[in-house]
Amino acid sequence: MEDILLNVRGLRAGIDDKEILRGIDLTVRPGEVHAIMGPNGSGKSTLSGVLAGDPRFTVTGGEATLSGVNLLDLSPEDRSHEGLFLSFQYPVEIPGVSMVNFMRAAVNAKRKYLHQDPLSASEFLKMMRQKRAIVELDNKLASRSVNEGFSGGEKKRNEIFQMAVLEPKLAILDETDSGLDIDALRIVAGGVNKLKTERNATIVITHYQRLLDYIRPDFVHILYKGRIVHSGGPELALELEERGYDWIKDTVDSKD
Amino acid sequence: MDSLTQYIRLYDEHAATICAHAPEALNRLRPHALARLAAARFPRKGDKSYPAISIDEMFAPDFGVNINRMAMPVDMTATMHCGVPNISTLLGVVVGDTFRPSASLERNMPEGVTFCSLARAAETHPEIIEKYYGRLASGRNAAADLNTLLAQDGVFIHIAAGTAVDRPLQLINIFNPTAPVMATRRVLVVMEQGADARALVCDHTQERNVPCLSNQVIEIFVGENARFDWYDLEESSDDTARVSQLFVDQQAHSRFSLNGTTLMAGRTRNNYFIDHSGPSCSTRLTGMAIGMADQVVDNFTCVGHHFPESTSEQIFKYILDDQSQGSFYGTVIVDEAARFTDARQTNRNILASADARMYTRPRLEINCDEVKCSHGATVGQLDANALFYMRSRGIPEAEAKMMLMQAFMSDVIDTVEIDALRTRLHQLVERRLSGEAARCADCKI
Ligand SMILES: Nc1ncnc2c1ncn2[C@@H]1O[C@H](COP(=O)(O)OP(=O)(O)OP(=O)(O)O)[C@@H](O)[C@H]1O
Ligand SMILES: [Mg+2]
Repeated sequence: MEDILLNVRGLRAGIDDKEILRGIDLTVRPGEVHAIMGPNGSGKSTLSGVLAGDPRFTVTGGEATLSGVNLLDLSPEDRSHEGLFLSFQYPVEIPGVSMVNFMRAAVNAKRKYLHQDPLSASEFLKMMRQKRAIVELDNKLASRSVNEGFSGGEKKRNEIFQMAVLEPKLAILDETDSGLDIDALRIVAGGVNKLKTERNATIVITHYQRLLDYIRPDFVHILYKGRIVHSGGPELALELEERGYDWIKDTVDSKD
Repeated sequence: MDSLTQYIRLYDEHAATICAHAPEALNRLRPHALARLAAARFPRKGDKSYPAISIDEMFAPDFGVNINRMAMPVDMTATMHCGVPNISTLLGVVVGDTFRPSASLERNMPEGVTFCSLARAAETHPEIIEKYYGRLASGRNAAADLNTLLAQDGVFIHIAAGTAVDRPLQLINIFNPTAPVMATRRVLVVMEQGADARALVCDHTQERNVPCLSNQVIEIFVGENARFDWYDLEESSDDTARVSQLFVDQQAHSRFSLNGTTLMAGRTRNNYFIDHSGPSCSTRLTGMAIGMADQVVDNFTCVGHHFPESTSEQIFKYILDDQSQGSFYGTVIVDEAARFTDARQTNRNILASADARMYTRPRLEINCDEVKCSHGATVGQLDANALFYMRSRGIPEAEAKMMLMQAFMSDVIDTVEIDALRTRLHQLVERRLSGEAARCADCKI
């Protein structure tokens, strides 16, 4: 058990009366990369949202721990402090809140949680500079409001920049590749790889093999109708690319 | 008994004393005001354009009125901390309803600037007082007429033609009541042709838990090509009620801008009446209010476009928490003659609690085809997606909410053109939103 980073057992969740996740099991160990694939609407973003503590969802059963800490009992902010990071499929624009203030609040909140002193202004700026370089984020974006007026690709780059700043134990990247041009994809994936260590882990949610050429998964899972219906190695992604989801759907639906 | 009656009786009994302690120019208008008040009553909650507040109730307590002009005790050193860092101002203080110049005011008074009590101005500028005093406010409503009936002194600002004043004029209104008191506050501003100045005003109440009421009338004349900015910040107390009415007359090519901020108050009603007396005027009214506990903040605006090619813009924003209530009734009138008017009005509100209430109503009366007019009002909550996004980055909920509220107000604050004041307003709003009393950093008031 000790070297399990994320442990999800029988997780059920939904919105209002609608059940979306219908019993998810997932084990992620340090150093691993997991890919989650699956048709539109199968529950991938819901799973990320539930793990990150999105209050729109109600958990109706099961459990989820991060390094043995019960995630489901924690506020979203404490889940972040404990080392969980979600790169949003649709990053949110926050007019009037500058990127700088946003990141300073995030960094210092985590430091406070860890009983560390806040960073000085110069330390903070230095850190911002270093982390920006990892994903080659344009300096002028940093002085704007959070995600406001960012292009689709800039928003995704900004997500990975935030990940670089927060240095999570477990990062969930929800379709971080969508909206990226070919060069940006390489840069962003390169950034994710640079942040990878033996002690952290990544879950990438994607529809395309393309991203997995850069971020090589150890495991590939297929999520369908709120369940992980099939798991395998990297070759599973290639197979999906070739055959689509119909064979999976057929197998699952015939069992239902 | 109607609460107005007690003040009329007070006047009837003490007219001689009231007049003895006031200049003739003010006394002259009293009989007219009295005649009008005989048939008047204060608006009550539920009356037209009074959805949230009852003026009648605000005047109902048995307030003392300082008709003998006794000096009110006040900690003057405390007021000195009330400055905005990094700007030096020409400072005057109104204690209760009495103007007191700061020690340095005389010395620093620039050429072409007069900033003194109305009583003094009645001696130094009798023809100006004669010409302008009461011209905009008389007969407008019961509270304005009551002000004229009882006002014994006030503040006078005169900027001579073509004079641009670099240093802002600053006026600090203070209550330090030992017993319930009503202050009749009166301000007359005359900006001659081409004059350019700005005024910072703040309202404070030093003693908490003693009810007080300020009934304020401000008359502002902005001459041709002149420019005047009025920044008004109220941070009084739960027990302070305020009825403040600003009447503005703008001549051709003039510019008037208002920022009215209510950070802390008991009950507040602000009326803003702006009329254009010539073409190509520009008017900007911005305001923000933060309501908590059972505070009530009520802003009413009326901008009258009577001449061509003028613009007006109104932006008012409220954040209401707890059981607080807010109201914004904004009126734009465009006369048939006011061709090429460009008038915009926005009112956005956040209800931070389920018990808070907001009343909003834009009213456009457009009697001319060739105009651009727009208005919009929204009442909502903080953006839940933004809140979760911030929390997912580790920002605690309370802090995230604060940042979002601050962001919500930022476009109003950013209209403030004095850098140091803008920074100060950001800080004050932040302090207020974080639940602290929004006092200036080291202010003892
Ligand atoms: N806020 C919501 N209200 C109602 N239904 C929702 C909500 N969010 C998600 N759902 C539903 O839950 C199901 C799963 O959605 P989810 O976004 O998790 O899918 P996904 O696998 O991420 O899809 P995609 O590949 O298109 O991103 C869908 O049927 C969706 O319509
Ligand atoms: Mg999704």
